[in-house]
Amino acid sequence: MEQQLEIQNRIKERFLNDIVSFDESSDILTVTVNKIAIIALIRFLKEDLGFNFLTDLCGIHYPQQELQLGVVYHLHNFLSNTRIRVKTFTSLAEPEIQTLTEVFSAANWMERETYDFFGILFTNHPNLIRILNVEYLDYFPLRKEYPLEDQTRTDKDDSFFGR
Amino acid sequence: MSQYNRVGPPEGYSAPGFFATTLDRVVGLARKNSIWPLPFATSCCGIEFMATMGANYDLARFGSERLSFSPRQADLLMVMGTIAKKMGPIVNQVYEQMAEPRWVLAVGACASSGGIFDTYSVLQGIDKVVPVDVYVPGCPPRPEQILDGFMKIQELVGNESLRRRYSPEYRELLEKYGIK
Repeated sequence: MEQQLEIQNRIKERFLNDIVSFDESSDILTVTVNKIAIIALIRFLKEDLGFNFLTDLCGIHYPQQELQLGVVYHLHNFLSNTRIRVKTFTSLAEPEIQTLTEVFSAANWMERETYDFFGILFTNHPNLIRILNVEYLDYFPLRKEYPLEDQTRTDKDDSFFGR
Repeated sequence: MSQYNRVGPPEGYSAPGFFATTLDRVVGLARKNSIWPLPFATSCCGIEFMATMGANYDLARFGSERLSFSPRQADLLMVMGTIAKKMGPIVNQVYEQMAEPRWVLAVGACASSGGIFDTYSVLQGIDKVVPVDVYVPGCPPRPEQILDGFMKIQELVGNESLRRRYSPEYRELLEKYGIK
């Protein structure tokens, strides 16, 4: 707890104007920031606070929010074994977020996956193309406006399956 | 333990000293009892197929002890398991590499229709990319069902006219799948 407060204070010192909120779930501190500051914040966490490992990077879509699309970053400090979660949100109309690849090379494929499923455009990413889905897919399947069911299915009563 | 079944002669006319039948039937008899399957196993149906090949169920009884792991020598493509959309072109390519005459057996719900995977990443049945001769239901089907499907294939192979592969209907069917 004390450690989390200290981390929180260190972040506040540097990024007060860009912090949206602090909260905690599952014993992990969560910082939500404006997307302008996201790369600077993660660079600060890595270089000054010792969060040296990017555990995960993924997208989320909350249709009820004004800024619907989000990216969640999970970082891990190996020395003190602490973790932190960083979130940032952007609007559906402008799904652009700066790439993290210049800080963590590991972000390369994770950002491609996030682009593949949510259509989030990571600016300055070296190779932003689909990674898991078929190349000819013409939508981003994990966005909530698209049904989960495959629209080419022919052997079911469509009225029961969202078609 | 000396009892065993032998494949009987095809329909025809016989009298002391001769036996007459059609070439179609002789070729069909030879083909249906020496089908070389190419197992294209991607998931749990593939495990059932391993049991089917094993000693208890013994697919070899039907003349198929020689599995062909190259499409070039295979007669029957057995697709067992979920085929993701990304795998679709590969199934198509494997089918294209097989020599005529060739048959396709879709084993299990996923290969037949997509099964429970009614979702954006899964091909909704392999008949979207290759023509299928026999569908085996089940999730996964038991080895008995796979054998039953295999015997249905044998029936098709045995009764196929030698001219079928040259017919305009067959050409049209292949063209529908973009196969030359």
